[in-house]
Amino acid sequence: MNEAVHHKDYQGAKLGMWLFLFTELLLFGGLFILYGVYLNRYPEEFVEGGDQLNVLFGGGNTVVLLTSSLTVATSISALQKGNRKLCLGMLGVTIAAALLFLLNKFFEWSAKIGHGIYPGSPHLKEMAHGESVFFGLYYITTGLHGIHVLLGAGILTWVSLLVRNGKVNQGDFVTLENAGLYWHLVDLIWIFIFPLYYLIL
Amino acid sequence: MSEHGEGHILGYSTLVTVWLALLVLTALTVAVSRLDLGAVNIWAAIGIACVKTSLVVAFFMHMKYENRLFRGFLLIALVTLITFIGLTFFDVLYR
Repeated sequence: MNEAVHHKDYQGAKLGMWLFLFTELLLFGGLFILYGVYLNRYPEEFVEGGDQLNVLFGGGNTVVLLTSSLTVATSISALQKGNRKLCLGMLGVTIAAALLFLLNKFFEWSAKIGHGIYPGSPHLKEMAHGESVFFGLYYITTGLHGIHVLLGAGILTWVSLLVRNGKVNQGDFVTLENAGLYWHLVDLIWIFIFPLYYLIL
Repeated sequence: MSEHGEGHILGYSTLVTVWLALLVLTALTVAVSRLDLGAVNIWAAIGIACVKTSLVVAFFMHMKYENRLFRGFLLIALVTLITFIGLTFFDVLYR
């Protein structure tokens, strides 16, 4: 707990992580700008598109991600307090939540694809132009977000292995903190995707 | 605990309170979207999402307890994003 144990630059490690998160913010920011521009051009078609998305899937996944954000934050507090068992348990719940999110997404996308709505589909080409733009943006934004969820689950699994073998511990936990930051970013992006895509009426 | 170099540890009850607030705001954003408020709908959705984001960044991501350097960086990133959004719409809306 003292200087001798701390041979890592915590501030530097966390600042580096935040800088990376800012690039992620600008990446998704670009997609949200596209959304805004096309919403402005095709307001009615976007409402038509949003109507076809299932609020239960979107809302359910919102609750799953918010809860997983709580559990990953709890795992950090637990490790800082020296409760390794609770930390590992909470990380396990977070990883399970990530997989549940992806499972929901799988069913949601399967249903959409079953209805002939997927990028480049004949049905989509027959729709109004604005609607096919809406679904194109929907697939690229939620798809890119889904890749982040998958990567996040992988990173959290790796960190829980490090906690298990003691490489990440009460005196040296910045890796867990940074993994947590990444996971919260994934949650933050969904906080905007949910109302903009699923709730637009 | 407080003698730790990095200082602050978030209590479990604080974390749960933030989580509950986030759930309430999610219910609120769904409720508001069911009302027909015209253009206000989209601004309400974005506004509530911003409040939720602030809660996550301040508590879950620990920004409230970081030093000024972190906040300065966050501010620069947000101003950059808002500038991009602003300039894009300046073009799109007045073309």
